[in-house]
Amino acid sequence: MSHRSANLLHPDQHGYYGDFGGAFVPEMLYPNVRELQENYLKITATKKFRSAFEKLLKDYVGRPTPLFYAENLSRQYHTNIYLKREDLCHTGAHKINNTIGQVLLAEALGKTRIIAETGAGQHGVATATVCALKGLECVVYMGEKDIERQAPNVARMKMLGAKVVPARSGSKTLKDATNEAIRDWINHAADTYYIIGSVVGPHPYPDMVARFQSVISREIQKQLKKITGNELPSYVIACVGGGSNAAGAFYHFIEEKKVKLVAVEAAGLGIKSGMSAATTQLGTTGILHGSKSLLMQTADGQVTEPHSISAGLDYPGIGPLHANLYTSKRAEFLSATDGEALAAAFNLSKKEGIIPALESAHALAVLNNKKFRKSDVVVICLSGRGDKDLATYMDNL
Amino acid sequence: MNKLDQLFKNKKEPVLNVYYTAGFPELESTTEVALSLQKHGADIIEIGIPYSDPIADGPVIQQSNMQAIANGISIAKIFEQLESVKSQLTVPVVLMGYLNPVLQFGMERFCAAAARAGISGVILPDLPMYEYEKFYEKIFREYKLHLIFLVTPETGIGRIEKADKLSGGFLYAVSSSATTGNNAAMNGQEVYFKKLQQLRLKNSFLIGFGVRDKATFDLAGKYAAGAIIGTAYIKALQSLKNIDQATAEFLQSIRPAHIIKPVNI
Repeated sequence: MSHRSANLLHPDQHGYYGDFGGAFVPEMLYPNVRELQENYLKITATKKFRSAFEKLLKDYVGRPTPLFYAENLSRQYHTNIYLKREDLCHTGAHKINNTIGQVLLAEALGKTRIIAETGAGQHGVATATVCALKGLECVVYMGEKDIERQAPNVARMKMLGAKVVPARSGSKTLKDATNEAIRDWINHAADTYYIIGSVVGPHPYPDMVARFQSVISREIQKQLKKITGNELPSYVIACVGGGSNAAGAFYHFIEEKKVKLVAVEAAGLGIKSGMSAATTQLGTTGILHGSKSLLMQTADGQVTEPHSISAGLDYPGIGPLHANLYTSKRAEFLSATDGEALAAAFNLSKKEGIIPALESAHALAVLNNKKFRKSDVVVICLSGRGDKDLATYMDNL
Repeated sequence: MNKLDQLFKNKKEPVLNVYYTAGFPELESTTEVALSLQKHGADIIEIGIPYSDPIADGPVIQQSNMQAIANGISIAKIFEQLESVKSQLTVPVVLMGYLNPVLQFGMERFCAAAARAGISGVILPDLPMYEYEKFYEKIFREYKLHLIFLVTPETGIGRIEKADKLSGGFLYAVSSSATTGNNAAMNGQEVYFKKLQQLRLKNSFLIGFGVRDKATFDLAGKYAAGAIIGTAYIKALQSLKNIDQATAEFLQSIRPAHIIKPVNI
């Protein structure tokens, strides 16, 4: 039952990365998904699209983001650590790279209404932001539980003119917000474009989002070449929930076998605690939100509720690209607990004067568990800033 | 002969397919509801396999899924329940479910168990035709089970014909692009229903989504071989009446003049 595609980077025509991917949507969504499948590469390849995308990334998002040599951290871990500063993007995280790309695509397809799901609220804010910019109606689905624990981002979305709709079904978190967004899409298929925030969902979303985020690794290549004379690092390390910042940070290195890729999942209270979001460690092959991938589920195929201190990693699945990187052993998958992530966030704040998002702190946490050579060049994707997590940090000061 | 084929071959009036969720309202309700539906005149019984993330369903069916899972339902349990009443169920039974729980159970094992339990057809709304042809069609044929595909007003003619070719028993015509229980779904779809009528499809088609009472059932019956009712019946089951009384009253309200033939067991 295999769909062996020729490489790890691009899915086959049915959206498969090896055994993972596809487009498992009910017939009500088939025309929309088909429309995207047939048009996303065509539209994004046009001069008009490319120049609008690049201009907004430069003048609105503030790209290229710096690649910062973290001297103090490098001394601490006896190696060379570079931070890719996605935290400096407009709205505070890498999420906006993707929402800019998708909103331009939605415009090109003539859609007038935008919907999105959000967990911590970063993707919701990034979507509300581009909709404000483009004057498009915006509805963001967010789990009722997340609305309570992420009040500042809810306020930002409202100020940006978006309607925030609580997802009250199931466990009332990201998974359920995604279900509600899909249901909205089914009920408004004609005029609505669904901006998915991660490399998940039916084909072509995983590939499309990875392409929009691939600007991260493109810039790392150029910046490293300038700084070290070699565009290839020894390691790229990124956190993975659904996996959009990792997909972007890995993208142009996936076929460079010399570059070691390290994905860091949220172990929550510990892999075996029953309160974890480490999908590759705890998951099995299954279908959620339109694609086949690794999934945390019961033996009966009911999707289980993950746990992570970081709302952005609190998702029971992982993008199909990553599931394939994992099973093919192209990337190493590690995990960090809530406590390890917190410690890493405090360490970076004190050592480098940068308060990272809790998600990004998971990537930083593995510095304690890996041995690097003194000559290694280690790039860590600092996917977002920690402003949204201040309440959690203050509780742990 | 598959019971669905027999039903559509002999049918004289619009077929009523009633959906309910297995393991709801109580874990052991599955068999009681099925027998009650048969007793009060349902022509097809469609049993939903509960799933934690039913994306094509509105709030009422979602809630019944959550409750059934909390009650402890599983696919294995559903087959056990259905086997226990197999000899009493003469009407065709169709299983409807999302793909993930079925894949975890194992498609071949699922089809084998369905055949053993006397199931006539299966509806898997998130199984794409491509995947079905490539991986599962052979298995369904081997166990003489019909897979029933969905079409919507947005489905192109070529694709409707393909869905018809791959389907057996009947074709599921979703009344509009909507989730289940959306009351607006039946409005203004006559053009689409007529289009389906004129396509000379191999299968009869049943209209579902938004069919909820006598008026919408009669409207569906004007164009299609019949209709599927789900959400409205789940609401009836949520009322405090006992299952048999709720079912009798509900089916009576849909087809007041329907003469129920005694079931020969």
